[in-house]
Amino acid sequence: MSETLHPISVEVNGKRRSSQVPARLSLVDWLREDLYLTGTHIGCEHGICGACSVMLDGESVRSCLMYAVQADGHRVTTVEGLANPDGSLSVLQDSFCETHGLQCGYCTPGMLIASQALLNSNPNPSEAQIRDAIGGNLCRCTGYQQIVEAVRLAAERIAKEAK
Amino acid sequence: MKAAPFEYARAASIAEACDLLARHGDSAKLLAGGQSLVPMMAMRLVRPAFLVDINEIAALKFVRREKDAARIGACTRQCVVERDEALTERVPLLRQALKWVGHIQTRNRGTVGGSLAHADPSAELPLAAQVLGAKMALRSAKGTRVLDAEKFFSGPMTTAMRPDECLEEIHWPAWSWRHTGSAFTEISVRHGDFAMVAAAAQIAIDGDGRCVRAAFGLGGAGGTPLAFPKIAARLVGTRLDDAVVNDAAHAAATETEPGGDLHASAEYRRHLAGVLAARALREARERARSM
Repeated sequence: MSETLHPISVEVNGKRRSSQVPARLSLVDWLREDLYLTGTHIGCEHGICGACSVMLDGESVRSCLMYAVQADGHRVTTVEGLANPDGSLSVLQDSFCETHGLQCGYCTPGMLIASQALLNSNPNPSEAQIRDAIGGNLCRCTGYQQIVEAVRLAAERIAKEAK
Repeated sequence: MKAAPFEYARAASIAEACDLLARHGDSAKLLAGGQSLVPMMAMRLVRPAFLVDINEIAALKFVRREKDAARIGACTRQCVVERDEALTERVPLLRQALKWVGHIQTRNRGTVGGSLAHADPSAELPLAAQVLGAKMALRSAKGTRVLDAEKFFSGPMTTAMRPDECLEEIHWPAWSWRHTGSAFTEISVRHGDFAMVAAAAQIAIDGDGRCVRAAFGLGGAGGTPLAFPKIAARLVGTRLDDAVVNDAAHAAATETEPGGDLHASAEYRRHLAGVLAARALREARERARSM
């Protein structure tokens, strides 16, 4: 059957992207399959694992729990949008490398989005606040310890740079 | 794509949403934050033919503080309510309940009205609504009506809303006694998961420490969130000693008929109901005393 296509225009990582999408296309599928932004990962596809986290108008959300058509007129930041303009790693991304905050890497884009959203609203989070912020993101490799360390390290580095 | 095909419309106003519901009948469903509906559609537990997206209706997003109540637009995001200090002062149980709701990513998108309309018997906001006696303002193309929480929740994932009705706003009563305290607690496998059992309480005491009003309830212990007005009324006039509080909690637990599953047997849930109700009542009492 042919499905109705809806025109959408979304600002993705600072660039306006336009498409025609069927209503049931999830935001994460649109990002990955139409825009080839494959940094955002698909895990469970029903809102449990957090791997598909992106920022919608600056707030972290699960992109498998939104239809692409709903993002029309909004602003989306994916993990690709976290890096510096020259493509080098952001302080947070580099801190994940530094503390071995990833092993298989599957959860990493979601962890980065969740942690960046935290640092944006709270530049000096406590360990409890970090754990709460990544509480909706599952990692099956690291035991979370190094991820928490990475976010702490990033917070310290950012504070130092600001001085 | 995991959901079955559906037609989609983004409603620009409440009137338009109601018109679409009237036209499409029970084959249509409102899409608010989508944190429950979208996964259910992905698993094809529900297959609405038509989705009416109400996320862009500004008139459904507000928090208004009045003298003896707070009014919250149905499509207000949970994170907005969580952050609202003035609202928290008026109706503290809301933030206390939201602490247990999902995760930051789901509260950023999930709405107050969406959680109530979904009516999961173990969800936190429906329990808070039941305990406080919140009122739900509903609108359809035919008119408006207001339902008490008690009438609104009619069964597991079922409300008294008709298929053509839209939840427009929720009135949360605020207690005016100076010494008022509330508390919310629950047990789940991991924080953010569905509660095995949840308990909420609100207590007001006079200057002498005597209870002037009490309300408490349990989630996950039956087909709907449960409130126990008759048992709570017995607390009024007492000094809320532990023995009195524990008796009330135990009496409430005996009235529950929880189901059992892989995570918790019915017997364990009933046990939790008594323990958690007592805990919530004691915590609310301590907060009331410290006010």
